[in-house]
Amino acid sequence: MWARLAAEDPARAARLQKGLKARYARETRFKLYGVLAVAVAVGFLLLLLGRIIEQGHTAFYSNQMTVSVYMDPARIDRAYPQGTNFQQMVAQQQLTRLGETDDEQGTKATAYRQLLSSELKFRAADLIRNDPSLIGKTVTITAPVSDEADLYYKGEVTRETAADQRRVSDQQMAWLDELKREGHVSTSFNTQLFTNGDSTEPELAGVLGAVVGSALMLLVTACIAIPLGVGAAVYLEEFSKKGRITDLIEVNINNLAAVPSIVYGLLGVALFINWMHLPRSSPLVGGLVLALMALPTIIIATRSALKAVPPSIREAALAMGASRTQTVFHHVLPLAMPGVMTGTIISMAHALGETAPLLLIGMVSFVPGIPGAVDEPAGALPSLVYIWENASERAFHERTAAAILVLLAFMIVMNAAAILLRRRFERRW
Amino acid sequence: MIWLVLPLIAVLAVLAYLAGRGAAQRRAAALAGGEKAHSRPQQHGYYALIWVAVPALVVTIIAGVFSGPVAHNLLAADAPQIVQDLEPFRREAFFNDARLTGEGQRAFQVWHGELGEVLNAEAARSHRVHQTLTWGGVLAAILAAAMGGLFAFSQIRPSLRARNRVEGWIGGLLFACSAVAILTTVGIVFSLLWDSLRFFQAVPVTDFLFGTQWSPQIAIRADQVGSSGAFGAVPLFAGTFLIMLIAMVVAAPVGLFSAIYLSEYASAVSRGVVKPVLEILAGVPTVVYGFFAALTVGPAFREFFNGIGAMLVGGPLDGMGQYLLLVQNQMALVAGAVMGIMLIPFVSSLSDDIINAVPQSLRDGSYAMGATKSETVKRVLLPAALPGIAGALLLAMSRAIGETMIVTMAAGLAANLTLNPLDTVTTVTVQIVTLLTGDQEFDSPKTLAAFGLGLTLFLVTLLLNIVAQRIVQTYREQYD
Repeated sequence: MWARLAAEDPARAARLQKGLKARYARETRFKLYGVLAVAVAVGFLLLLLGRIIEQGHTAFYSNQMTVSVYMDPARIDRAYPQGTNFQQMVAQQQLTRLGETDDEQGTKATAYRQLLSSELKFRAADLIRNDPSLIGKTVTITAPVSDEADLYYKGEVTRETAADQRRVSDQQMAWLDELKREGHVSTSFNTQLFTNGDSTEPELAGVLGAVVGSALMLLVTACIAIPLGVGAAVYLEEFSKKGRITDLIEVNINNLAAVPSIVYGLLGVALFINWMHLPRSSPLVGGLVLALMALPTIIIATRSALKAVPPSIREAALAMGASRTQTVFHHVLPLAMPGVMTGTIISMAHALGETAPLLLIGMVSFVPGIPGAVDEPAGALPSLVYIWENASERAFHERTAAAILVLLAFMIVMNAAAILLRRRFERRW
Repeated sequence: MIWLVLPLIAVLAVLAYLAGRGAAQRRAAALAGGEKAHSRPQQHGYYALIWVAVPALVVTIIAGVFSGPVAHNLLAADAPQIVQDLEPFRREAFFNDARLTGEGQRAFQVWHGELGEVLNAEAARSHRVHQTLTWGGVLAAILAAAMGGLFAFSQIRPSLRARNRVEGWIGGLLFACSAVAILTTVGIVFSLLWDSLRFFQAVPVTDFLFGTQWSPQIAIRADQVGSSGAFGAVPLFAGTFLIMLIAMVVAAPVGLFSAIYLSEYASAVSRGVVKPVLEILAGVPTVVYGFFAALTVGPAFREFFNGIGAMLVGGPLDGMGQYLLLVQNQMALVAGAVMGIMLIPFVSSLSDDIINAVPQSLRDGSYAMGATKSETVKRVLLPAALPGIAGALLLAMSRAIGETMIVTMAAGLAANLTLNPLDTVTTVTVQIVTLLTGDQEFDSPKTLAAFGLGLTLFLVTLLLNIVAQRIVQTYREQYD
């Protein structure tokens, strides 16, 4: 056909050919934009995860130092061993061992002391408390090094780092090198990160308190939001007569699903804290706020799961003489359960990652230790990330990223569970 | 109190169920031959259970909700003059410590002088009040359960339509569940309105909406200087708008093109890869985006602009170079760009739904006319889906306006009235967070301003959501 056209009207053929070429070029370009957009989205995800892993992986191991300490009877008060300045004592002994003489003010000892974690003090005091006969003997104690020393060993602070950007002096670096050369420094998995609560000292700070706080909060959220949400969805989908009230409820639920989370935080402050005087920064209040926030999502997910159950099931049950309630609770709801659970898990995962309302109800306050009940002050994983991100110590940066990795691990497990449930129980009628 | 009452109610309810079932069986057995009871014994049991549990639970909830405020009012009303003379914030702290001391725990603060002496007396009183309220609540709950139980047992007889009654209760319970949604809305509106009204008594609405000066530092003591307190929210609105705009510039094209690619071009395999990736992106908590913005994107952008500035300095664009050299980590562009990334999956999944909803016949018709895929998308699908996509973008905008963590961590706190994306700006949500975190009085205009901002935010996003949902819904019904 092209050949005939080219023979009859070469100019028109050329024009058409050119137009066609342009159209194909446009087609390719358009498709390219699509690929580019997808690549951008995927690229951002990789960049995000890559950067966080890059920043956070170092927090999963830590450096410990093993020092031999002469429990100097002259400095330890037998009645009150906790009061001893063990760090200063160790620092001075180490300096003597290195053959360095300190000045009057003990400047060098103070500088050396900064390399030791306060954990050393606690461990030494514990030893003495358990066995007072150790006073006057030499013991070996293993304790984490301080956060700045840890960063130096990890290579994140080097001699090349500008002097105002680091808090380890060249002298301290020399000491640290010396320790390492003598084999007193060991690198191991950072178990403290998973067994400790929050702390003002990065080398001792862990996520356990926040994990427990988040778990308690999710427990409260689940106990309230799931029964209420499923109940509301069952009512709207199976029992309600179309009318003004149900319309109002429906519109309401759709709007609630889109209300900014921080507004729920304001509701929590006004209603639960200022009015009901529930304890501030407790998982109870956090869970209540998150429950109200998760409710619309659960209702919407449950309704679509109920909608997917074919009417024939209901009709069959009704035909056998079951009442409406029996039909719903014995037949429809069990069949919709996988869908309900998928939606619920996803909304719980969202609640787990939500931060803004927690800031308002006071979950940004520093809470050391591990909460034991829902009405005690507690932290939560996302607010821990926020607190650590704002901390001035540089060592908190890697720990923030590590806490994020823990948080993401939970989210991924929850989402994977939801996907698995969907795959496993997916039913086609 | 809850931990005491709930197990008690559960036990009573189970007992009532067993007793009700037994009673129904006995009474049905006594019937003459040929007659049958209306409902099965279990249903009578459930009937008794409901009548025991529901009144008791209602009493418990009422007691739980009101015991806090009641105890507080009782304590505040009879407190010694010295306590009443304290500033509201300190008074709250005092009562809190009195409660803690009364429970045998350690107080948060040390109270000096006369307050310290009063504390112990107040602690004892607080303990008494709380004990009275707790035991009163428990007693009331048990009474309610007993009365409900008596009523139920007086009703149980073979002709009782127990099943219908029980199902009526279940229906009512389910309705109550959905009513919680309305109660939540009422709660939001009331709590925002109540505190906003108090704020607007101190600061006129017009000053708030049209004032261009935002510095919420209120003098806590009379002798403080430099803290006048200005509550003109225009810079916040401008900052919010600017960041939203940047976010949409990133999210709209990327999200839209991803949606087009996924629904029209992608093979099943690549769809199977990209969809989960977008779902992960959607599931990442916003605080993680905030961290990413603050520690990765911010410094990278600053270095980039400082680099450009260093090249321009000394040249014809010297002034601009000098300016670029001073760009900081925190700027509107960083927060906006990262927020845009966050919104990509949101925009793309909504647009994907909408493009998929366009009937296949339209595509087939277009292909039959010889149009290429891209022409079909541009000339047929997009125009058909346009209202829906507009709705989706409006929803994304309302998300961007309400988003908190990214801007809190990456946009800064300085309230600049600017449209320059390289400046630090502050947004409504950032200010709500900064006003309500940290120590402050609960009654000062500074704290109440957060509720004023919250009300504005709620109304604006509500309006956007309603409009967007209208558009999406009317559009969706077009092809049904």
